[in-house]
Amino acid sequence: MMKSTKLALLAATMLGASGVAMAQDAELTIESWRNDDLTIWQEKLIPAFEAKNPGIKVKFAPSAPTEYNAVLNSKLDAGTAGDLITCRPFDASLSLYQKGHLSAIQDLENMANFSDVAKAAWSTDDGAETFCVPMASVIHGFIYNADAFEELGIEPPKTNEEFFAVLEKIKEDGTYIPMAMGAKDQWEAATMGYTNIGPNYWKGEEGRLALISGEQKLTDDQWVEPFRQLAAWAPYLGDGYEAQAYPDSQNLFTLGRAAIFPAGSWEISIFNDQADFKLGAFAPPVQNAGDECYISDHTDIGIGMNAKTENAEAARTFLNWVGSAEFASLYANSLPGFFSLSSETVEMEDPLAQEFVSWRENCKSTIRPAHQIISRGTPNLWNEMWNVSANVLRGAQSPEDGAKQLQDGLAGWYEPQQ
Amino acid sequence: MAQATKKPIRWHIAVFLAPAVLIYTAIMIIPLFSTLQLAMYSDVENSQVYVGLQNFRALFGDPQWSDQFWNALKNNTWFFIVHMIVQNPIGILLAALLSSPRLRMRSFYRTAIFIPTILSFVIAGFAWKLILSPLWGVAPNLLDMVGLKSLFQPWLGKEAYALTTLALISVWQFVGIPMMLIYAALLSIPDELLEAAECDGITGMSQFWKVKLPLILPAIGIISILTFVGNFNAFDLIYATQGALAGPDFSTDILGTFMFRTFFGFQLQLGDPNLGAAIATAMFVIILIGVSIYLFGIQRRLRRYQF
Repeated sequence: MMKSTKLALLAATMLGASGVAMAQDAELTIESWRNDDLTIWQEKLIPAFEAKNPGIKVKFAPSAPTEYNAVLNSKLDAGTAGDLITCRPFDASLSLYQKGHLSAIQDLENMANFSDVAKAAWSTDDGAETFCVPMASVIHGFIYNADAFEELGIEPPKTNEEFFAVLEKIKEDGTYIPMAMGAKDQWEAATMGYTNIGPNYWKGEEGRLALISGEQKLTDDQWVEPFRQLAAWAPYLGDGYEAQAYPDSQNLFTLGRAAIFPAGSWEISIFNDQADFKLGAFAPPVQNAGDECYISDHTDIGIGMNAKTENAEAARTFLNWVGSAEFASLYANSLPGFFSLSSETVEMEDPLAQEFVSWRENCKSTIRPAHQIISRGTPNLWNEMWNVSANVLRGAQSPEDGAKQLQDGLAGWYEPQQ
Repeated sequence: MAQATKKPIRWHIAVFLAPAVLIYTAIMIIPLFSTLQLAMYSDVENSQVYVGLQNFRALFGDPQWSDQFWNALKNNTWFFIVHMIVQNPIGILLAALLSSPRLRMRSFYRTAIFIPTILSFVIAGFAWKLILSPLWGVAPNLLDMVGLKSLFQPWLGKEAYALTTLALISVWQFVGIPMMLIYAALLSIPDELLEAAECDGITGMSQFWKVKLPLILPAIGIISILTFVGNFNAFDLIYATQGALAGPDFSTDILGTFMFRTFFGFQLQLGDPNLGAAIATAMFVIILIGVSIYLFGIQRRLRRYQF
């Protein structure tokens, strides 16, 4: 019964789509959640590829970011997904690979351009097979209104103490809201709050791997302290930040009403467009001057191949091109803030993007702690982190309680933590 | 001529019923049973295996899921109660006012109150999100103008208020439906009856309570059951304003959002269509029980009047 209805659905969608692929040209469709990048794909990336590879046509067909996973899974199950699949990092893509929806592509020539760390997000746990070409990572930090800082005579902070002194000073002056962040959409509190400042406390990869191996617990001080810091931000956020959504925060900052924006580097191109003041960026502050610094340099986007594509050769050609230095430079420069994971050096023109990427030299990179392996069970650690971070930021839950809730949830199904 | 007495097969009945039966079967009955079937299966090493009631055992027995389920059911019940005590009385009141013969510009009011009903949830949700926004909303300014700024709260961001606020937004959007149904019921009351009541000295408020209200009770029953079904199937408004995690701290999570999150997955949480189907089945059973109670317990006892 289920099979026949599925077939009927399939037939209905195919009838709609037939008549497109009549010419001998192979046409590739890219599934993606990056609907913000539509014009860049259409005007820069795809023409560059098509110029080099006559006979292959590429279409970029994005869906909304929050719906992407659901839409993609349904399309793959129904057999109507595009030839190329933009890959979320870690388990979401790994499960697609295990279900046979993605092809292994570690034998592509240009895969040699990527380090193991870059490939880790799209490889099997043993690292033997890779199923997506790494495209970009995003770096977390704080973007600030440089004009406002100058006006108030403050320097970007380096240590935690300086950071709170800066916030206090902006608050006393009263012209600006010290920091633009809300608790309503939850993910900001987790992504741009907890995992932004956290690596300095749990020492980046060291803490992340210790959590996976079970040597550290989320209730250990180095994991609770970032929550305490987050709770201490509350007095410096705008009125009613409990109901402030992510676009509200972006607008507050680009309209020049807030001085600091806890950010991911993907904001760079948006802010460059919208803000008419000078922008600067500083890395997450360290606890004491001279401490080693850690940044969240999160592998965020890759691209792989639908295992059921009819144009496998063309798709592989495209993926190989994505692994090339040419693509890395085109992509990084059209989308400042999405940093190439390629081992080739990529020159970037945008000063803010340069500032972000310069932290890689002095600080140690890590990825978001919940993404690899430990978000496989129920309750899902990363979803819980959203909720708890937002609760802590709203003052509805104490940092200790929040950490305990996360630890209990994780220990409930993850053996090394039991 | 003996054959004339044999009744011919009445093909036209089947032919006339066919389109509705076929379409209803294809888009309602088959999916309903597929959902029930899906809830009995589970994904084991990428193939669907029959597991009986295991998904339901997880849903009600495993605290990871059952806590969320009861939380969603509790919120959903509150969502329904707010509709019953706010939306329907206001709907009846508006209908009574509209049917008053001395009211001018009646059709204007009728249209104005009904318009939100035809708006998309996304538009209503987004508009209210902006109205209530502590940053750019008009709500804080309006309260400020009457000197009540201190009453303003970021309602959608507080656990204590968010669900009630959303329920009231939904009431605002759908109050037009009970109003229209009851308005129609009120108009169908024959004038002779009201004149007779007036002869007996029953006028004004007591006429409404003693004559009109008993006559529109069946309509109120229908509205209650429509509200019940609509509320326990609700999803769109919460999803559009609060997202799939139904924040803050799951205080606005109702069965619809819980089902969506489980079925399709969210961020790193992978979708589990089987458990999602189990939740959908539970929703179906809840609605079925509610409707049955109404049909057998209430509707049959309602007294109807023939004019």
